[in-house]
Amino acid sequence: MLKTLQALREKGVIGINQRNADFILPYNPRHLYPLVDDKLRTKKLAAEKGLGVPELYGVVEIVRQTQDLPQVLAPYDDFVIKPAHGSGGSGILIVSGRRKKLFRKPSGALLKESEVIHHVINTLSGMYSLGGHPDSALIEYRIQVDPLLESISFQGVPDIRIIVFFGVPVLSMVRLPTRLSNGKANLHQGAIGAGVDIPNGVTLDAVSFNDVVTEHPDTGNPIAGVSIPEWDKLLYFASQCYELTGLGYQGIDIVLDKDKGPLILELNARPGLNIQIANMTGLLHRLRLVEKHRHELGSAKTRVDFAKTQFARK
Amino acid sequence: MFFFKVAVLGFPTTPDTESEIWDIEASISFVAKDKPVKLSLYLPRNTEHNTVVNEQFLSRGYGLISRHERGNRQAVWSIRQAVGEQNLYYHATVQREGAQGRRVFKKVPKIEPPNFEGPFLEAANALVAEIVSESADVDILVAGLLKRLHADQPSDHISLLLGKKATLEKKLQIAVRILSLQGSPARVAHGIQLKEQARDLPLVHWLQVFNEGSWSNYHPETYQSEIPEDYLLWWHGEDRMFIAKGADQTRVKISVSLSLESAINALVDRGQVLTPQLMAFSLFSLPIHAQTTYRILLMIPMGALLLVFLRNIVGVKTFGTFTPVLIALAFRETELFWGLFFFSMMVALGLSVRFYLEHLKLLLVPRIASVLIVVVLFMVGFSIVSHKLGLVRGLSVAIFPMVILTMTIERMSIVWEERGPSEAMSQCFGSLMVASAAYLLMNVKVIEHLLFVFPELLLVCLSGTLLIGRYNGYRLTELIRFKVFTRA
Repeated sequence: MLKTLQALREKGVIGINQRNADFILPYNPRHLYPLVDDKLRTKKLAAEKGLGVPELYGVVEIVRQTQDLPQVLAPYDDFVIKPAHGSGGSGILIVSGRRKKLFRKPSGALLKESEVIHHVINTLSGMYSLGGHPDSALIEYRIQVDPLLESISFQGVPDIRIIVFFGVPVLSMVRLPTRLSNGKANLHQGAIGAGVDIPNGVTLDAVSFNDVVTEHPDTGNPIAGVSIPEWDKLLYFASQCYELTGLGYQGIDIVLDKDKGPLILELNARPGLNIQIANMTGLLHRLRLVEKHRHELGSAKTRVDFAKTQFARK
Repeated sequence: MFFFKVAVLGFPTTPDTESEIWDIEASISFVAKDKPVKLSLYLPRNTEHNTVVNEQFLSRGYGLISRHERGNRQAVWSIRQAVGEQNLYYHATVQREGAQGRRVFKKVPKIEPPNFEGPFLEAANALVAEIVSESADVDILVAGLLKRLHADQPSDHISLLLGKKATLEKKLQIAVRILSLQGSPARVAHGIQLKEQARDLPLVHWLQVFNEGSWSNYHPETYQSEIPEDYLLWWHGEDRMFIAKGADQTRVKISVSLSLESAINALVDRGQVLTPQLMAFSLFSLPIHAQTTYRILLMIPMGALLLVFLRNIVGVKTFGTFTPVLIALAFRETELFWGLFFFSMMVALGLSVRFYLEHLKLLLVPRIASVLIVVVLFMVGFSIVSHKLGLVRGLSVAIFPMVILTMTIERMSIVWEERGPSEAMSQCFGSLMVASAAYLLMNVKVIEHLLFVFPELLLVCLSGTLLIGRYNGYRLTELIRFKVFTRA
């Protein structure tokens, strides 16, 4: 027990208490939370800044609007419906195609139009939202997975999580959907997370729940050593999110689209700590370093350069 | 303040220093005959063993006077007109303590004329002569008399005096009269025995004889000059406990319960704490039922402190923030084992219904409401079935906060779907574990007592919570979570 404690201290692993007390409470003012908790606002903010986001097809805010849903959906074969205030990836419905009047999910299951509408109504009633408050549903572009990442993911879309502290990318990982996670990229649902080396965007070994894995459990391909395309652009995107929200400590979720490149999916004001396991690296030393130098780092470029030089793997 | 109360005012710090306090209730029920009703009831008195510290009368619409009569206390209720069944209540709080020495009377009480006539007088005289001849002092005299009155085959004199099938009360009355004839003042004493928690308590009777300046008690069956210490003297004399005019089917029920009020309470009631400014603003100035509420309320912070510890330092996962503390409160009524049993049953049943409702694709609020209704239905069914089976504990299931139960079920089913059954189970288990721990902590009598007498100790509790609030070390569960780091 004490040995574990000592090892964790040495590695600079932070726990939930320390994350909350030392980083989130002092550097993430409460009034900024709505910016990241509402995906619609995040999307608009990011679009204004010129950062790529998945195109918004429509918003359903009240139950009555579900009557027009078929018309809204008519031009699109594939789309994603998600709650504006969703948490932990719940309540996301992905439609990958149509078959006559039915909608097809990535798993191949078919949905009736009424079932899609029911999902939207559930979303509006707050079923998937933080605290169960009434919510609105976003209908947006479905990401086309970049072929480079397809070999290490199963169905679903892998996304890249970057922890950004005062605009400096500190730690990152790519979250890979598995059969177990049902095509979703959330670690607690069974997706696996692989650390990504900050300077060059090359993947490391992965973590499934709290254990280390080296191959994707469904595709069998080795996870480590994959170079993430457009890595520099990803880092810039992530770094610029600091100006977007003003939150000192945040987690940025970015996806790579085959055609449109990096798109910002969502921001998170209380990102999880498993990223430390995925990287086998504690956050504390890096965070403290950035904390010390944060006033010298003005532009996104200096911040990214700082991260690339400081956070290289030895 | 805590130290001031302990050191200067001498408040006890443990519940052990409590003295025995009994709640006594006499309820009189009768049927009024649409005429004026007058009803008198004897009341318990202070004796060397017992002090009546507080009494209340519950009698809506009745005029009430209390009076002293030949050393007895009596309450008299009256009303001009009453119809139908009536209930009157008398409530007293009695403190028991060690004997305080007998009251000494200077004047020898007047002896009531024994009123024996004809053959009765002869028989009584013969009896007196017989007993006196073989006794040296009053104790032996009384014992001899009682023994004779109690004999299985009484002598002719005694059968004549007692008549057929004499009750104990009747025997004692005869004894009093014979003693009067002999020249010793005596009387029959009536009272109750303060046993733990009893309803419809029978009266006990014994004999009091005036001897050397004070009244001595004689037990009617052991003939000894001592009676059990838990006898509470109610009244003495030949009258019945109550007399009613204008009423039928009168009946008195006496119930007693032991209340572990602290000695302080008694001190306060008897006006022995001499710093009224402080006492006026303590919890003891509240009515008893409010005090009971605060006894429970004051334990909630302890539960919360434990919860904070378990969540932030140990890292136990629970449903909701304070759900476990509320469950623990419910456990106070059901006791731990049954509490856990009921809670698991209710959640399991609720969950299965919740999974069925999932098929109906209900909206959020109606769905939660339907689960709530089902939970209430289960509670009702559970109580009825367990009552029929004779399980008293089953009734206490209604204590569970059903809204909390409903929300637990709802959250559990969502966690179940989103994160799988194992996560749901582990959270449920965590909640129950915290609830049990909180229950055990909140049931420690010493803590309850300390917090009630010294509510300022909550500040200590608060400071502990604030300290944990700034704790930024690892949670114990995180040591397991990040264990892989030790391998590298």
